[in-house]
Amino acid sequence: MPDATIQDTPSQDAAYNYGYLDEQTKRMIRRAILKAVAVPGYQVPFGGREMPLPYGWGTGGIQVTAAIIGREDTLKVIDQGADDTTNAVSIRRFFARVAQVATTTHTKEATIIQTRHRVPETPLTDGQILVFQVPIPEPLRMLEPRETETRTLHALSEYGVMQVSLYESIARHGRIAKTYNYPVMVNGRYIMSPSPIPKFDNPKLDRSPALQLYGAGREKRIYAVPPHTPVNSLDFDDHPFEVETWTESCELCGSTESFLDEMIVDDTGKRLFVCSDTDYCESRR
Amino acid sequence: MSTPLLSARDVSKRFGGRVACRDVSFDLWPGEVLGIVGESGSGKTTLLNCLAGRLLPDGGSVTYETRSAGSVDVHRLSEARRRLLARTEWGFVNQDAREGLRMGVSAGANIGERLMAVGARHYGEIRGQAADWMGRVEIDVERLDDRPTTYSGGMRQRLQIARNLVSNPRLVFMDEPTGGLDVSVQARILDLLRGLVEGLHLSVVLVTHDLGVARLLTHRLMVMQGGTVVEQGLTDQVLDDPQHPYTQMLVASILPV
Amino acid sequence: MTSSQPALRVSGLAKSFTVHAQGGLSLPVLRGVALAVSPGECLALVGPSGAGKSTLLRSLYGNYRADSGSIRVRQDDVWTELVGAEPRTVLDVRHRTMGFVSQFLRVIPRVSAVDVVAEPLRRRGTDPAEARQRAEFLLAMLGIPARLWTLPPATFSGGEQQRVNIARSLIVDYPILLLDEPTASLDAANRDGVVELICQRRDAGAAIVGIFHDTEVRDAVATRVHEVLPPALLAGVSP
Repeated sequence: MPDATIQDTPSQDAAYNYGYLDEQTKRMIRRAILKAVAVPGYQVPFGGREMPLPYGWGTGGIQVTAAIIGREDTLKVIDQGADDTTNAVSIRRFFARVAQVATTTHTKEATIIQTRHRVPETPLTDGQILVFQVPIPEPLRMLEPRETETRTLHALSEYGVMQVSLYESIARHGRIAKTYNYPVMVNGRYIMSPSPIPKFDNPKLDRSPALQLYGAGREKRIYAVPPHTPVNSLDFDDHPFEVETWTESCELCGSTESFLDEMIVDDTGKRLFVCSDTDYCESRR
Repeated sequence: MSTPLLSARDVSKRFGGRVACRDVSFDLWPGEVLGIVGESGSGKTTLLNCLAGRLLPDGGSVTYETRSAGSVDVHRLSEARRRLLARTEWGFVNQDAREGLRMGVSAGANIGERLMAVGARHYGEIRGQAADWMGRVEIDVERLDDRPTTYSGGMRQRLQIARNLVSNPRLVFMDEPTGGLDVSVQARILDLLRGLVEGLHLSVVLVTHDLGVARLLTHRLMVMQGGTVVEQGLTDQVLDDPQHPYTQMLVASILPV
Repeated sequence: MTSSQPALRVSGLAKSFTVHAQGGLSLPVLRGVALAVSPGECLALVGPSGAGKSTLLRSLYGNYRADSGSIRVRQDDVWTELVGAEPRTVLDVRHRTMGFVSQFLRVIPRVSAVDVVAEPLRRRGTDPAEARQRAEFLLAMLGIPARLWTLPPATFSGGEQQRVNIARSLIVDYPILLLDEPTASLDAANRDGVVELICQRRDAGAAIVGIFHDTEVRDAVATRVHEVLPPALLAGVSP
C-alpha cells in the first residue's frame, strides 16, 4: 500500500505546459464544463485532444482534471475504488509531474477525485470535485443507435424508450437486472449515464455537496451534476430502485455498509469479501 | 360531428423538380376511413407522410382537431408537440412492421412503450394492458415476452397495430398495412382492422394500391395519379361507377377471382 | 311523419355512363326519372331487361352518381338531397334511413354469418347480445340452418348467401328499403319467407322500391308499379 500522501512531489516538467494541455484547450474545456454545470445532465460536446494514454483508460477524465487543476489542489485517483491500481497510480503520477500538485489517497484530503467505476464510501463535502471517466456517455445508445435521434429524445424529454429497457429487464429476469451504469434522471430533466459505477453508488450522487464532472474522451462529451442537485434512479412503482446488499461483511475492516468485492483466495474456491474502497477500508482498521 | 378531425388544404410537395403531390384538399370526419389509392409513384405515400407531419409540405396546410387544445396546424406545431400528438392522439402503421417495431425488445415492451412514454410507471399495469392488447390482436399471450424477430409477418403486423392502438389514438395513418403478406394472412388482418376501427370509432387515412383492401376497409376514396387527386367519393361509388379514365382503368385492372 | 307524405322523392333524374376506354363513349341510361314513395308503399320497377331498373335503384342508394336531377330522402322530418351530397351525408342516410338488398353478398373474410347479419344493428349502438339474438331470429326465419350461423358465409351456396344478405339488410328497421331481386336464386319455400318479411316491413310503414322479376313475388309485395323505359325510347322525353 502506498503512503497516505505521496511525498516525492516532482518539479513541473518544463517540456509541458502546466496541466499538460495548452491554455486555449483548457479554456475550451472549462467553457464546456461551465455549460455542463449550467444544464445539469446535458451532454456538452467538446474538442477532445489526444492524450498520452489510450481511449478507454480515462482520456476524458484526464482532460477534465487537467482543465480544472491548480497548484493548490490535492488530487486523489481511484480505479474500481482502489488507489493502488496501475491506472490510478499512472494518472496520479502524471498530474504530479505536469501540474505539480499534491496527491493523496485520503478522500477527505482531496480537492479533486478522479474516478473510474466507483464513488468513495466516505461522504464528500462542499468544495470537492468528483471527476468521472466515462466510456459511453449516451444512456440511450443501446436502445437508439442514431445520434440525431438520441439528441432529439433528450431535447424533447422523450424517455419512454429508457423505461422500455427497464421493462424488458423485469420481463426477462423478474427484476431490474442492471447493476452498474444504472440510468438516472438529473434535476427532473435529463436522463444521464452515471458511468459504470455500481448502482450501489447511485444514491451518493443525489444532492451530493460535491461537484460531479463527467468526461468521455472517445465520444468527446462533458456533462455535470452541480452540488445539491437531485439525481433519481429510474424505476417502476411496483419495482422500486434498490441497491445491492451483502450478507457478508468486509474481511479486513468488518464493514457491513460498503460495496464489497468478492475474492477467490485459493484453489479450493474459498471466497472472501473485502471493501472495494481501499482508503475507506484502511481508515477503519 | 361539427368539425372535421383532419383538414388538408392545397397540400403540395415536390422533390427537386418532381411533383410528388399537388394541391390536395379534403376533410376527414370523426369515425371516417379514407382510402388513398393509386399506383406506385402516384404520390400517395408522400401525401400520407405530409398529413402525418413526417414530411413538411412545400405548400398548403394540414389542420388537426385535438382532444383538448382545439385545432392546430400540424406543420406549425413545435417538434415537441407534434411528436407528442403523434404518440398520443395518432398512430402510424407501416407496411414493413420492422420499421414500426423495436425488434430488439419483447412484444410486451413494444406495446407498453407508448404508455411509458406518457408516464406510466407501474410495471404490472403496463404488462396487463400489453397482455390485453395481445388478445385483441389475436396473438397468443404466451408470446408476450418473445421478441418480434421470432414472429411471423402477420403476427408482427398485428403487434404493430397493438403498439399503435394501446394509447387510444383517434386518428391512425396506415401505409399498405397488408402489403407483402400472404392472402390468407391479409384477410385476417383486414378483418381485425375492420373490427377495431369500428369498435374504437377510429378515423383512418389508409394508403393502398389494393382496391379490394380499399373496398373492405374504407368509407371514402381518393384516387391519385401523378401527384393529383383525379377522383374522390364514397368507396362503392368510385369503384362501381368510376368516372375518371384513370379510375376506370384501375377498376378494370382488378383480376377476377 | 304522416303516411301521406312521401319518404322518397325523385325528380328529373338522369344518369349516363362514359366509357373512356372506348374514346369517351357516352351511354345514357336514365333520363327524366320522377317518382315518389310513401311509407307503407312498395313500388315495383318494371321494364325490359337493360332498361336501367338496376341503375335507377343503385342511383337511389348513391352507389351510382346521378348526372343531374334530385333524389330526396325524408330524414329527421327534413328533406335530404342525395344528388351531389357529401359522402358523409350519403353514409348517414344509409346508416339510419335507407337499406339496400343487392343480389350479391359482399363477403367479409372470416366473419361468421350471424355477425355479418348483426353488424348493421351493432353499428347503430344496439347491445351486441341483442343484435345477435335478432340476427339469429332472422336467419331462422329465412331458413338458414343453425349449424351454419357461426361459419363465414364465403363457403355458402348462392341461395344461402342471398338470404344472409337479406337478413343483414332487414335487421335494421330502415324507413326506406331498396330491393334488387331479393328472391333471385331462391327456391319456393325460402322465397315465401322473404316475401313474408318484405310484406311485414311494408305494412309496418317502410317505403319500398324494388325490382322483382318473379311476377308472383311482385304481386304479393308491390302496391304500385313504375315503368322504367329503355334509353332508346327516351328520345322524345325531355330531361
